[in-house]
This record gives sequence, C-alpha cells and structure tokens, in this order.
Amino acid sequence: MVKKKNKKVKGLTIQFIPFAEIENLESGERIRKILDIILGNKIIILQGKLLPEEETRLIEDTMAMVGHVKNFKGIELAVLNPSLDDKGFFEKMKHNLARVLGAQEAITIIGPASIVREMKRNPKKVEILMNK
Amino acid sequence: MIRIIRNFVKRIFSGIFKGKKEISLGFYGPPNAGKTSLANRICKDWTGEEIGQVSKIPHETRSVQFKEKVEIEYKGKKLTFKIVDTPGIATKIDYEDFMKFKLKKKDAQKRAKEATQGVVDAIKWLDDMDAVIVVLDSTKNPYSQVNITIIGNLVARKIPVLIVGNKIDLRKSDLKRVEAAFPEYEVVGISAKYGKNMEEFYESLFRLAKKA
Repeated sequence: MVKKKNKKVKGLTIQFIPFAEIENLESGERIRKILDIILGNKIIILQGKLLPEEETRLIEDTMAMVGHVKNFKGIELAVLNPSLDDKGFFEKMKHNLARVLGAQEAITIIGPASIVREMKRNPKKVEILMNK
Repeated sequence: MIRIIRNFVKRIFSGIFKGKKEISLGFYGPPNAGKTSLANRICKDWTGEEIGQVSKIPHETRSVQFKEKVEIEYKGKKLTFKIVDTPGIATKIDYEDFMKFKLKKKDAQKRAKEATQGVVDAIKWLDDMDAVIVVLDSTKNPYSQVNITIIGNLVARKIPVLIVGNKIDLRKSDLKRVEAAFPEYEVVGISAKYGKNMEEFYESLFRLAKKA
C-alpha cells in the first residue's frame, strides 16, 4: 500500500487591531503589544498609525531583539494614508477635524521579516511579498 | 516627549549663542543609499580627508562617524559643519543576506550584530542634529516606510531636512519619483560617486543651513 504523504498546509494569521485597542496605551505598551503579536508569527493590520517617535521606538526595540530571539530577523511595515490631493477645501477641513478628534483613517501593516520578505508600497496600494 | 523638550531647550540655548556655532549635519537614510559616499566627497573636498569606508555590502557603516570643523565655502559665504555620518536605518537585518556577498557565517553574524546596534545608535543621534540630509537611492522605490519614518521623525523634532536623490548616474535612476514622493521637501539629485551636480547640492545645503 502506498503511504499517503502528509502534506501540511501552513496557515497565515492576520490579526486586526482596532485603534480603540491601543488608544489608551502608553507608547511602550503599544510597542510591546505589537511585538508580542509579531513574535507569534502573525501579520498585524492596525487601524490608524503610530506616532513618528513610536515608529522609531518600534525599530529600536526590533533591532534589540534581532540576534537575541531565535529566528527573528526583524519586521516589515507599511503605512497607508488616505490621499487628500484630490479633495476640496471643505473635505480637507473635515478630514483634519476628524483627525483632531481621534479618528484614524490610516492603516498600518506590520509583519515579521521571517514571513514577509518585502512590502512594496506606493501611495495607494501595498504589495506584500512573502518568503518561501 | 522628553526628547522633544530636550531638543526645544537645546534650540533655545543654541539660538542665544548663535553666530560662531558649528552646524551638526546628519546624514540619514536606508542602507546602501550612499550616505558615506556623499559625506566622504564633502569631507575630501573641504578637509582633504575622507570620513569612512564604502562597500557594496549593506551596513558597511555600523557606527556613527563624524568629522568636526568642516568649513565649506560657497559663493563667498563660509559655514562650519560637524559632519555626522550614520549607519543605515533598517527594520530587519538577516546575517544570511551578508553571506550572499561571500562573507563567512561567523563574519556575517558579527556584521549583523554590529548593524543592529548601528541602527539604534543612528536613531539616538537624531536629537543632536541641527539639520539632516536624507540620502536616498534614486534607483529604488522612495515610498519605503523607513524613508517615511526618518522624515516623519525629523519633522516631529522640527529639524530641517534636505532630501538627496543619489546615484543619478545610473540608468534606473528616477529623481521625479523621489520628488513626487516628498513634494513638500527640496530634493536635489546627485552622484556622490562621480561628484555630479555637487554645485546644486552645495547651494541647497546653504539654504538648509539657514533654517538650522
């Protein structure tokens, strides 16, 4: 009898984090939450975006982990912002007001570099290239 | 927040003692964009000495290197700079990538370890800059998140920025794409390797220094 080869299909988990989930967290806690999920080999889709200093903190903490956490090579990330170029004055005003009030229109995608080889981004789309 | 306050205080004090000040000019960007090549060209032009080694292997610069009292003269005006060349900022470092350049495993691992520390150091030095030149490889996609993160941080810290699109000597170079990606910033195209368009670069540099 021919033994059937056990082909295991490896799954990929994409975890969505609504902005409300990180809104009241301190910067350090936000970064820790993100990195905890990344270390679980998941791709994060975050509603909104991190502050510029949080982005650099994320890079710093990521670098501190490379070489210390087994098989961790770093992260790939991309932020997609809504373009306002083609919007009128009142639309832009409305958007800016919404931003002040805390609405998060941007989307941040973060993945572990061991799974995501590259995120090719242009203003309107992001192409996620996976590792074999 | 502490960084922003520290930067603000630093700026107030530097404003009081303005005049004979040396401008700390940082060179930031992703790995292999040509930061050291450009810093070398400037240092060689004005001091006769280079600042660091360049290589085709990414992360050749793994520690912050600087040259003080670099006096640059342009159209009769003189400015003194502290040139600060920083390691390339990356979000991932894999030692196996270095092995593709025929580095032995041990050497590749050592390079990766130093490179990760280099990224952390480069970010830490951001607070000490009066002005920054963001060096991008004009043959590559400018929309990479690292570029956006660097520029976003400079804006948040109120540090004046000049974007340099390097490697314009290469056929794949697309300076218009760099300009389109960062329409709010001055972009100057150069070839640090061959010294192409350096006149325009120095003109932009002096404009940048005025904002520092």
